[in-house]
Amino acid sequence: MTAGTLTLLSEQSGGDRIGLAASGSWTAEYAQALEPLIDAVTRPMGPVRSVAVDMARIERLDSFGAWLLERALRTWTSQGCEARLVGLSEHYRGLFDKVHAGTQKLTPEPRRPNSIIATLESVGRTMAAVGDDLLLMAQMAGSLVVALKRVLLRPLSFRLTSMVNHLERVGWRAVPIILLITVLIGAILAQQGIFHFRKFGADIYVVDMVGVLVLRELGVLIVCIMVAGRSGSSYTAELGAMKMREEIDALRTMGFDPIEVLILPRIVALVIAVPILTFLGSMAALYGGGFVSWLYGGIAPEVFLSRLREAISMETFEVGIIKAPFMALVIGIVACVEGLQVEGSAESLGEKTTNSVVKSIFLVIVLDGIFAMFFASIGM
Amino acid sequence: MAKDPADAVLRVRDVIVDLKEQRILNGITLDLYRGEILGFVGPSGAGKSVLTRTIIGLLPKQAGRIEVLGVDLDEADEDQRRAVERRWGILFQQGALFSSLTAGQNIEFPMLEYLDVSDRLATEMAITKLEMVGLKPEVYRKYPSELSGGMIKRVALARALALDPEILFLDEPTSGLDPISAHEFDELILTLQQTSSMAVFMVTHDLDSLYTICDRIAVLGDGKITAAGTMDTMLASEIPWLKAYFHGARARTDRQAVAKH
Repeated sequence: MTAGTLTLLSEQSGGDRIGLAASGSWTAEYAQALEPLIDAVTRPMGPVRSVAVDMARIERLDSFGAWLLERALRTWTSQGCEARLVGLSEHYRGLFDKVHAGTQKLTPEPRRPNSIIATLESVGRTMAAVGDDLLLMAQMAGSLVVALKRVLLRPLSFRLTSMVNHLERVGWRAVPIILLITVLIGAILAQQGIFHFRKFGADIYVVDMVGVLVLRELGVLIVCIMVAGRSGSSYTAELGAMKMREEIDALRTMGFDPIEVLILPRIVALVIAVPILTFLGSMAALYGGGFVSWLYGGIAPEVFLSRLREAISMETFEVGIIKAPFMALVIGIVACVEGLQVEGSAESLGEKTTNSVVKSIFLVIVLDGIFAMFFASIGM
Repeated sequence: MAKDPADAVLRVRDVIVDLKEQRILNGITLDLYRGEILGFVGPSGAGKSVLTRTIIGLLPKQAGRIEVLGVDLDEADEDQRRAVERRWGILFQQGALFSSLTAGQNIEFPMLEYLDVSDRLATEMAITKLEMVGLKPEVYRKYPSELSGGMIKRVALARALALDPEILFLDEPTSGLDPISAHEFDELILTLQQTSSMAVFMVTHDLDSLYTICDRIAVLGDGKITAAGTMDTMLASEIPWLKAYFHGARARTDRQAVAKH
């Protein structure tokens, strides 16, 4: 098999007429070599009025070859030449006609707007989306209150089994990983504290630092970030998959309220689980801190405990634990709102799951800041 | 049609495939000849898709030989394999378009990977292919998520045809299409096959496709080819499943419809 060629038949050319002969394989394989040949013969050639291409000696033709030929014919025609094909075998006629019928009318790419305007537009759209999100969350909170009221009036209609099932998944099964992470955080805090406080001979104050930080802020924050990543994402993915498979529509048409059946048990489970996890996590972090203080800082456990008793009060613990159910509520609402916004495709499911985690972690930290101001102003 | 064994573009010999310790295909022998459309039918779960996936190398086989365009893919080295893969086109059931690329980029993808063509030629060829499968050039810039099911199948067919393959594998090409689109799709495959004289291996459940475009039909049952031949052979067959399939209520109305044409 030889590559396609296109040679000038000099004996036929003369005056305003040109004859060309094609031979070889005009196929995809040789398209790269054929294209320059086509470009060369379609350059404006002065006073040429008619071109004839002899296709009789072609070995093979596929759609690439047919299109390159068609491209040449179109160029000649647009230059005002009369272009003809000679000797194309019947075998390839159908293919050539199919390519010939193409219009190639591709609308030009839409002009890209000015980059400054595009940036401003995307900022504007993002702000509008933030507003929409807040509205959706408020709507979800409202629906939850309504569903809760209905359930309180008819306590038997509460989906207890579902709630217990979710409580096991987001609470009980999260205990090992939460304990592991908070022990490490407590240990790292204590190690860093001892390392720096030692320069001032203030080693013992590491107990104050670990105790206050863990109980007021870090315990609940770490637990909430873990829960958002672990349980919030799974809520979004579950609800999103149900939305994709029209399960939620099916529930609705059977006369059930999806908020009451699906979302309320999930959020109640989260609101119960997060304070428990926060308590366990805080204890584990204190344990980790005490352990490192003993091994690394030489602070004996009895000394650590008595110092801790002086450093913290019931109030310190309360500040941390009061925040937990509110943060759980935020995580649950964000996860469910995002889950219900999933559309038909798997990409949308992935995108909403990511959004759910990012938004709930962000909101948990914002909420923590608001609580900090609140507690400061009431003197806790 | 005369069947010269030397003219087979696909030769499957005694292929055995086990999945999860269960024998799915038990000695399949099959030929596909240049320029024919072979319809491949069988009950759901008989292993039609498994055979297709085995032939195109997505599933391992326990025994047997598969020769594509004269090359045994088990013995072929990397270059030979790639050369064969360049010469076949595959239309997956759901289209399998790359969702991050536009329709045009999907079609250009094999061209730019396998052939060293200029961007201009690749674009023109992509539009040509789109028009060949009956779509408007403006589809070029659309993403798969913006296309309807029928359009996705057409773009996927255009991608399968991107390199002018010699064998085209179709996995249930008309499933999920409304009857009119399915009929148009059949016609399209037939015209494209006639203009390029490629061989088509088509797994299908669509009796319409079998009647209107298939030259030969092979039937898979219990892991073996239970029957093979033209439509007339199938209609005359005494195998229970075939009788039910070709003489059932749906088949009768179909045949009447075909007869009226």
